[in-house]
Amino acid sequence: MKEKYIARSQAIASRLLGGEMMIMSAADSTFFTLNSVATVVWQAADGRTPLSEIVAHHVCGEFEVDFETAHRDVRQFVENLSSHGILLVSEHPFSGSSAGPTEAA
Amino acid sequence: MNPSYEITVEIGGMPILLHTQDDSFRQLLTRRYAGFIGSVSRPRFEFDIELTAPSTAARDDDNDVRVEMQDGVWRLQRGDFRAQWDPRAGRGRIRQSANPYSIDSVLRIVHTLILAREGGFLLHSAGAIRNGRAFLFSGVSGAGKTTISRLAPPDVTLLTDEVSYVRRDDDGYRACGTPFAGELARVGENCSAPIGSLLFLKQGSKNTIEPVAKPEAIRCLLRNILFFAEDAGLVRSVFQSACEFVERVPVQRLTFVPDSRVWDMIQ
Repeated sequence: MKEKYIARSQAIASRLLGGEMMIMSAADSTFFTLNSVATVVWQAADGRTPLSEIVAHHVCGEFEVDFETAHRDVRQFVENLSSHGILLVSEHPFSGSSAGPTEAA
Repeated sequence: MNPSYEITVEIGGMPILLHTQDDSFRQLLTRRYAGFIGSVSRPRFEFDIELTAPSTAARDDDNDVRVEMQDGVWRLQRGDFRAQWDPRAGRGRIRQSANPYSIDSVLRIVHTLILAREGGFLLHSAGAIRNGRAFLFSGVSGAGKTTISRLAPPDVTLLTDEVSYVRRDDDGYRACGTPFAGELARVGENCSAPIGSLLFLKQGSKNTIEPVAKPEAIRCLLRNILFFAEDAGLVRSVFQSACEFVERVPVQRLTFVPDSRVWDMIQ
């Protein structure tokens, strides 16, 4: 299976509240709420860390879940958010200017 | 040179000067915005209103409105009006027939654009002041905004039964009265107070107030903020304003029996 890299779109606004990540698409105002696992993946989506490493270090490191199960669930989550343009997915690391964090302070 | 008649409509402490060449239309606006007429000497923005022949087009609802920024100028369009507004110049122009509904919509849109830059918003909610604090009652149509407004006891000052004006304040948020009336067809009082709480309404078999978790509060709040512009920057601003609001203002769910006892819980 080819490695994937994920990056947060710049066309969104996001904010961590009550342990959940709130995300709004600036393009169409679609609103998403991420659970704690998805929030960890979202925060690690820097465009440079391989997805498998995010799963191994961030998801399996913080939650009691085996790698295979976590990897399958995370790929599904990534596919869902990328279909809304919220996450960008590539088989190569992103350059610095193509995507990045926009989370509010 | 045609005579020009002027009137300043001041909502939320934001004076907007309207110029028209039709005195009867100015008089219509004077009646429509009674209680919200300000001084013409210090407007924040000005609009020239060009009256057109009555349109055969039906007055559309807000779902059909288009609000876009082009070359630094906002362009507002609906079946019954066209307007443009240059916020840097502080001036704009409105083309509509001589009716109060179109200008009402233009003013609402302009205020949403102004407020979005200043951390506030217009909220689809009733609002009232009691004991020096404002309470906002929000919810979908039929949730009870008009009902709770109608049930308000005499010591309550009604700000609106339809659209609340929420401004960022030094220490929190302030709700201002608006002339934007709903089914009650009663213009709100032109005054303001710090917001004590935002209550999402639900009619039920007993009166209860429960806190709403922040993620759910943001979701409900965003659903009820009036915003029309197709502008990514302003969408971000409104989102951040909603987040700021729920972090500073208690958000609760008010389940109520539609009789006056509900106001015993709102102090």
